[in-house]
Amino acid sequence: MKFVNQPIEKIDGMDVATGKPVYTDDLVMTNALIVKILRSPHAFAEIKSIDVSRAEDLPGVECVLTYKDVPNVRFTMAGQSYPEPSPYDRLILDKILRYVGDEVAIVAAVDEKTANKALKLIKVEYEVMEPVLDFEEAIGHSTVIHPEDNLHINFDIGFNQHKNIASSTIIEAGNIEEAFDECTHIVEETYYIQAQSHAMMETYRAFSYLDLNERLSVVSSTQIPFHVRRILARALQIPASKIRVIKPRIGGGFGGKQTASVEVFPAIVTLKTGKPAKIIYDRKESFSCTTSRHAMRIKVKLGADRDGRIRGIDMEGLADTGAYGEHAPTVFSVTGYKTLPLYNQAKAVRYRAHAVYTNKMTAGAFRGYGVTQGTFALECAINQLAGKLNMDPAKLREINMIREGESSPVLGKKDDGTPIKMESCALDRCVKKGKALIEWDRKFPSYEVSDTKVRGLGMAITMQGSGIAKIDTASTIIKLNDDGFFTLLLGSTDMGTGSDTILAQMAAEVLEIPMDKIIVHAVDTDISPFDTGSYASSTTYVTGNAVIKAAENIKEQIIEYGARFLNQSMEAVEFDGGYVKEIDGSNRISLDEIAQRVVSGEGKSQLIGHGSFGGDTSPAPFIAGFAEVEIDKETGKIDLIDYVAVIDCGTVINPNLATIQAEGGLVQGIGMAMFEDVVYSSKGKLQTNTLMQYKIPCRKDIGKLTVEFESSFEPSGPFGAKSIGEVVVNTPPAAIAHAVYNAVGVNARNLPITPEKVLMGMLENKKS
Amino acid sequence: MFTIQHYVQPETLEEAYQFLTAKRNNVILGGCAFLKMSKKKIGTAIDLSKLQLDFIHDKGDVIEIGAMATFRSLEVNPYLNQYFNGIIPKSIKSILGVQFRNVVTIGGTVYSRYGFSDLITALLALDVDIELYHGGIMPLETFLKNGSSKDILVKVILHKNNRIASYQMMRNSVADYPILNVAVSKKGDDWKIVIGARPRRAEIAVKASEYLTNNEVNETMIKQATNIAMEELDFGTNMRGQKTYRQAIAVPLVKRGIMEVLK
Amino acid sequence: MKIEATINNKKIQMEVANDEFLVDALRRYGYSSVKRGCDTGCCGLCTVWINERPTLSCSTLAPTVQGKQITTIEGLQEEAKEFASFLVKEGAEQCGFCSPGFVMTVLAMKRELEKPTEEEIQHYLVGNLCRCTGYAGQLRAIKKYLEV
Repeated sequence: MKFVNQPIEKIDGMDVATGKPVYTDDLVMTNALIVKILRSPHAFAEIKSIDVSRAEDLPGVECVLTYKDVPNVRFTMAGQSYPEPSPYDRLILDKILRYVGDEVAIVAAVDEKTANKALKLIKVEYEVMEPVLDFEEAIGHSTVIHPEDNLHINFDIGFNQHKNIASSTIIEAGNIEEAFDECTHIVEETYYIQAQSHAMMETYRAFSYLDLNERLSVVSSTQIPFHVRRILARALQIPASKIRVIKPRIGGGFGGKQTASVEVFPAIVTLKTGKPAKIIYDRKESFSCTTSRHAMRIKVKLGADRDGRIRGIDMEGLADTGAYGEHAPTVFSVTGYKTLPLYNQAKAVRYRAHAVYTNKMTAGAFRGYGVTQGTFALECAINQLAGKLNMDPAKLREINMIREGESSPVLGKKDDGTPIKMESCALDRCVKKGKALIEWDRKFPSYEVSDTKVRGLGMAITMQGSGIAKIDTASTIIKLNDDGFFTLLLGSTDMGTGSDTILAQMAAEVLEIPMDKIIVHAVDTDISPFDTGSYASSTTYVTGNAVIKAAENIKEQIIEYGARFLNQSMEAVEFDGGYVKEIDGSNRISLDEIAQRVVSGEGKSQLIGHGSFGGDTSPAPFIAGFAEVEIDKETGKIDLIDYVAVIDCGTVINPNLATIQAEGGLVQGIGMAMFEDVVYSSKGKLQTNTLMQYKIPCRKDIGKLTVEFESSFEPSGPFGAKSIGEVVVNTPPAAIAHAVYNAVGVNARNLPITPEKVLMGMLENKKS
Repeated sequence: MFTIQHYVQPETLEEAYQFLTAKRNNVILGGCAFLKMSKKKIGTAIDLSKLQLDFIHDKGDVIEIGAMATFRSLEVNPYLNQYFNGIIPKSIKSILGVQFRNVVTIGGTVYSRYGFSDLITALLALDVDIELYHGGIMPLETFLKNGSSKDILVKVILHKNNRIASYQMMRNSVADYPILNVAVSKKGDDWKIVIGARPRRAEIAVKASEYLTNNEVNETMIKQATNIAMEELDFGTNMRGQKTYRQAIAVPLVKRGIMEVLK
Repeated sequence: MKIEATINNKKIQMEVANDEFLVDALRRYGYSSVKRGCDTGCCGLCTVWINERPTLSCSTLAPTVQGKQITTIEGLQEEAKEFASFLVKEGAEQCGFCSPGFVMTVLAMKRELEKPTEEEIQHYLVGNLCRCTGYAGQLRAIKKYLEV
């Protein structure tokens, strides 16, 4: 292949790397009002009175809005396809404040100083109420976080408002009790996963203005332009036809920008004042007033017979969704759906879970989307089971893991009633190669380096999906311009991953044209074709399939017109990217000439190809991850020496970009495993709210990263491809926990695994 | 929000001092890296950059470091890399990035007496005086203990006396603040053990230092000295670590410091 | 207050507030490559050169740059493109939001350190955070760039 599976440079690479003005705040008009938010200092409170008169009187203040000024219609900020499973449980501004940082009032002023001054002039009297800060105490707590009667859910999500339950789910196959009866070895443990922060380098931001038709235009750093349009329409109670959403380049998303955390604030200011308005969250707001990964408690019970055949897996999850439901029903379901199929030899599996409201920041979508949490819990338990069985954990997986062509009851059935199978799966090869790369057989489980230092090895495997089956859809349009070049119109959102590039690669491959003949446009909801957006590992698979269809569609039209201009039948010609030419003759016509003649009086047309796709299944990418750590036995300090990830993402569309995505995802997972601690005060205020207190890995925190691909071919994927965006974050926490255990005998079940936990665990072990 | 009403660049120290003492909320600007994170409402911000205080001079028996010398200039300075086993550069090179260390000044750090400081721990293990414009010259240890009335730190004076020194610290992320730091030094038989970021500001473990000074140093004595240090200094809890963890790692860090000095 | 500084070899007069930081003043005057990533001096996104030294513009008060030389990536396009081409060949620019500050630090390192070792490179750049790439690709690009 000429373009697919090639290390093509990112089409926007040079521009972003040399500082061109392409991000939201680089494009905003200089006269835009500055929007600032007054936030709740209390975890749970009700506004008794609010006086904004002094703020309004301050020169330069254009508007001050409170709960009295917003529509009394509840909505969700979660970027999901309609009808969303997310409860509609929030207002733009509410009388009840549900976490420290919840929005009390919106101020817009001519500059930042004035806006900040105005915030201080707003007088609020709060009735402070008892908050729910511990998610393990949320169910049935005397405090009901959402007492309102106009809350709305679209369909049954196991919601129980008065018990603080945002959602409940059960996944079950086989008789779990009987399965455990057959087991000789059982592991039963509880794991805690922290509310990791996305910490993308570009904080949340958007600006808005009215266009010449009095329509609301919103420019936003978002992963979900079409959902933003729909969310704004409901929140602001105006028709979607009156809203336009534009996505420029995005400075990182990781799922954070799959929630419309900020757009509504400048939008309502623009509607009220008629003026352009912008909001830029500072780093503290980004940390404490948007979304994070769902903190979870996961209990795992796992059993195997004496030969190491896993018979039963029972997982029980509790997810902290914080103040609002946003992604609660989906994230914690995926925890079960995309971990249990890994071990399909089990006779019975079960996953039961609740997502609960607390008076903390809302949880949302974050790369891995529940699977990351589930993988940590399940893989830690699998490693412990291997220990109990006295079996090499790689061997235990070899015996039990799913293989190509196999199915799992958790994967469900096709429309015709037959079980969904793993049509592509190279997990077995991933494990084999990973073991070789890290020299597993030589080094496992541990070896001494010096009197004070010891090294340990650990592993984990994982899967994810590629788009959401039967929900995600993407349409793409490709048009042949009058000068013989193409415009590829996309609704997916490249957030730095290079998806615009790889989609252009696919179009180039089909059309056999050079990359520079394709310009990519994304996203403007007035122009772009519909796409659910870039999340759920969907873009390569879902949008990619749509691009292939659009490219094939326009190719056919090129051949049709070429044949017509050559006075030939379509069967008698072929298109080679440059020319439509006779198969048996020497006549040919260039693409440029076809383009010009089509738009002329002769053709009276323009060639526009389109293609749409929605997956019936969500093919799983796989990873086998291996960690080697070195531990200072006197301080507990963990140095990550080597991390090996062998990846099956089907055909690798762009090896360079896939490698970087993988390395970036691994480091995010490593951060979660070792550094990224989330601390709240006893009053419910997030303490880890700056990059000084919340440590994402720096470049010296990472040892060697080894990323290799072990490709399968996914028959339903574009050129055989599956996703890579999310799966890469999943393995490090469990693999590193395993390596730490093998080095010093401390079982870390509560992330992150800090030196303190390691050393105190060692001292504890010594005592007992 | 940090605000500044007036901004001045005085031409002399006296002028700076007059500005400083004119009003309670007038302050001297260091590098501003930490000041800007405060919510201070500053009346007059006094920028010392016209006073040429960014020097590092080797004056034979002392090294003088001007208050406005940046951490980066300390880090790459040949004298400081040469003396005291390079403890000064070693202590500061792990503080965030080069662009941060090009901002932060020795004066800002020492005058503010930050508990998390790496530099103060290292300085305390040496024989260091500071010079205040009004308060004159005094030992660093005295200043750290007592502070001073509002004054301008002019320079830090390091006595060149062939102390052998070692700096040890524990951080989780390399770019984080220390969970604990330790500096150990020895001049002849005279030992100093300093422990900082406990999370309180660095202090000399006086009794432990004396114990080492008065005894022959061997493994048992090192252990004993460490125990004494643990007793005489108080350790606490903050977001970066619990008291018990700090105590647990103080032992190996002090030991490693002593062992390195003995090498 | 009014200050005059040399920005990218041009004398520029700027009207700045007493408590305004350089990053905000530069953005206001159109140097939009300079990004704000945190408020605590930790991320390196706002790195510019002040008198040739890589410096956090988020921690530098605008009034203090009176008479100084400031360089942003807008003023170093040729050098930036040269290094960026290596970065892009690795695919290691990703979202690019941290790139201007990162590239400015790399270019400063090239001037300051002769033939740096891997450890020296990592140490010099540790103040430039990136959440997308995992840093490994950046290091590959730098090594190839410095070999030239």
